[in-house]
Amino acid sequence: MSSPEALYRSRKRTNFAMLAISALAIAFGLFWLAWILGTLLYEGGHALARAALYSQMTPPPGSDGGLANAIAGSLIIVAVGTVVGTPVGVLAGTYLAEYGRTGWLAAATRFLNDVLLSAPSIVIGLFVYSVYVARVGHFSAWAGSLALALIVVPVVVRTTDDMLKLVPNSLREAAMALGCPTWKMITTVTYRAARTGILTGVLLAVARISGETAPLLFTALSNQFWSTDLNAPMANLPVVIFQFAMSPYEDWHRLAWGGAALITLAVLVLNILARALFRKAA
Amino acid sequence: MKPLKVQAVPQPDVAELKAKLSVRQLNFYYGGFHALKNITMEIPERRVTAFIGPSGCGKSTLLRTFNRMYSLYPEQRAEGEILMDGENLITTRRDVSLIRAKIGMVFQKPTPFPMSIYENIAFGVRLFEGLSRREMDDRVEWALARAALWNEVKDKLSQSGQSLSGGQQQRLCIARGIAIKPEVLLLDEPCSALDPISTAKVEELIHELKADYTVVIVTHNMQQAARVSDYTAYMYLGELIEYDVTDKIFIKPKKAQTEDYITGRFG
Amino acid sequence: MEAVQDSRRIRSAPWQETAFEWLTRGFAFLVFCILAAILVSLVIGGQATLAKYGFSFIWSSEWNPVTQEFGALVPIFGTLVTSAVALLIGVPVSFGIALFLTEISPAWLKRPLGTAIELLAAIPSIIYGMWGLFVFAPIFQAHVQPALVRSLGGLPGIGALFEGPPIGIGMLTAGLILSIMVIPFITAVMRDVFELVPPMLKESAYGLGATTWEVVWHVVLPYTKVGVIGGIMLGLGRALGETMAVTFVIGNAHQLAASLMAPGNSIASALANEFTEAVGEVYFSALIELGLILFLITTLVLALSKVLLLSLAGREGRRT
Repeated sequence: MSSPEALYRSRKRTNFAMLAISALAIAFGLFWLAWILGTLLYEGGHALARAALYSQMTPPPGSDGGLANAIAGSLIIVAVGTVVGTPVGVLAGTYLAEYGRTGWLAAATRFLNDVLLSAPSIVIGLFVYSVYVARVGHFSAWAGSLALALIVVPVVVRTTDDMLKLVPNSLREAAMALGCPTWKMITTVTYRAARTGILTGVLLAVARISGETAPLLFTALSNQFWSTDLNAPMANLPVVIFQFAMSPYEDWHRLAWGGAALITLAVLVLNILARALFRKAA
Repeated sequence: MKPLKVQAVPQPDVAELKAKLSVRQLNFYYGGFHALKNITMEIPERRVTAFIGPSGCGKSTLLRTFNRMYSLYPEQRAEGEILMDGENLITTRRDVSLIRAKIGMVFQKPTPFPMSIYENIAFGVRLFEGLSRREMDDRVEWALARAALWNEVKDKLSQSGQSLSGGQQQRLCIARGIAIKPEVLLLDEPCSALDPISTAKVEELIHELKADYTVVIVTHNMQQAARVSDYTAYMYLGELIEYDVTDKIFIKPKKAQTEDYITGRFG
Repeated sequence: MEAVQDSRRIRSAPWQETAFEWLTRGFAFLVFCILAAILVSLVIGGQATLAKYGFSFIWSSEWNPVTQEFGALVPIFGTLVTSAVALLIGVPVSFGIALFLTEISPAWLKRPLGTAIELLAAIPSIIYGMWGLFVFAPIFQAHVQPALVRSLGGLPGIGALFEGPPIGIGMLTAGLILSIMVIPFITAVMRDVFELVPPMLKESAYGLGATTWEVVWHVVLPYTKVGVIGGIMLGLGRALGETMAVTFVIGNAHQLAASLMAPGNSIASALANEFTEAVGEVYFSALIELGLILFLITTLVLALSKVLLLSLAGREGRRT
């Protein structure tokens, strides 16, 4: 067969080729990232800088306007969703980490929680529609918040579980040795030790739901006007962007880009904050 | 043998033997930590040389410089000379994989690849030789026979390497190492994960292998060093303390430090 | 006095103990309930079409809101095809990125590069959709698709995948954008499992004189193959459920076409586009049954992925 030198050279060539291809792969990934972020900056940058974006309501096609009601609506819906979902997530995560070292409930819950984490968010929207919106007969911000809360829960469960597990057992034992009951040990000692990590999890969940559109499509819907009535449809950035982008109107497109840039900025900032916090915690 | 620049440690009387590896003023660093200090020694050809010493003395580190294993880790670096056939392995421009083809290594824990027994052996051979199916079969059989494993596995060559017992896995790793016909074999505590019977089999194997290969073995088991090696080097905290014919080291060591370790006063 | 107070304190502690434990246990059980509730509500919501069509719903390509006759074939087809394209492109790229980050990249570059790739996952789906429709599709239509038709359209067999007028949007575009979205997930899992390989095993291969590529292909990949498959299934699960990005660029056409360049529909995009305008009980029920089908497929895929990843982690004694 081939001589040793030829074999060696072909192996070297293959090695080089494969390593070069893997460098190309990472360039491929970075290329899209740069293109998308660049596009957002270019198309939405102007809109972001205009004060009207933040002060004026969503306009009918053809007139000037802003996204104030959508921004406010998003802030409200995301806030309510976070406030509802976080305690559930933290407490469930606490069970997994503190009481559920053994036993079937903990293992099964962890497993199913991870499944829920990656489930399609449109199905969550469908679910909230079926059990809530259809019952009460109208869309509402409550429904939207509920859908977002259902997305927050698995994220917070996972991170709380992980962060609490990182707290060294010696800390727990020290508290117990002083005669501290378990529940108090958890709420005072363990929570305090893991609080930065848990907060990181909450931030990540907020970042995640800030950009979610699908669950709001059939729950909060949207609203042309300014509304803070949680029991009525409420404008929100993702759905407004969807409507405006899919429309044929140029000025609506411009507003959609502005909204898109705004959401992405918020999400990226939250992610970076979460990362920085996590590094401090770990 | 060329005259040595500095003879920090008296070398054993190896006048009639050729040195396979000549280590000169070797210094090794893990980042800022100076792990090997001015090591100078000659490893004789076709003999078994053992490195002994307490934990952390640098014996494994020294072993791993011989096949440039440290090159995989950017924070590890070596300075000095390790000459093999006139070439300094530390500074050579040649591809390091060619060096490793000539210097085989067996590790503390058996590390069979996730492949069949046959493939485990064939993998290394295929890197360097284009053998026909028949030739490869012969080579696999030869390697397994030399590692005293052939009779135990000849009927199950297609089974996974990981299905063997610990002792068999380690002999598989030895077979894998010699299949590519290296000149030097480095054994890093090869029996530490094995039961006494497997250990005995491996030690017997080492005794046979030295007819064809230069063997360097790191061991924390002094009795093993005494049983198996021709020359022994005692190391402590990164320095070579004493290096002599095995019998002389164990019966009448020259340095008090060596005697303390051997008699179990510490370590 | 003190003794009474002490005994009161001791007596009250167990009450709070059990209360707290049951509180947390209750919320953990809630996670269970949420999944079960989703399943139940989707089955109930879709019962009209479940009763009307039974299993034939899955292979009917009918979709007529006027006559109220529906079938899931077109959306299911679109979901599967776009996800397949996403994996075909995404898996090799993710492997390349994971290989780069674990074996080639210098230490100082690992974190920034890793973070950059992870940012791809942070970008909201609707952004991918907008960018895909307004920026990517026109360029794709003007330059890339004609080239694809010219080079591949004439080949026997796979040529049929690249027939038809280049319109920029369609299944191929959706699949391509999906691939970019799943890359960070698959890469993250691959990186994690590649790092689980014991250094001694890799050193054994290097010690024989193998090159980096040979070590990765012959030792690392076989060792981690279960985890790698788990990661791929995680990416698949994400691709199947992705809504907004696909909705913008898939073309929203209820048609079955062989060509990837044709517009189509996925379950998620059909729901996003049509749910709020659906009239009629059967129409509604059809859409909800679509949601049920999607939920079942993704839950199955994600559960499988979890099982695979747990089994590899269990081998190493670490949690995935």
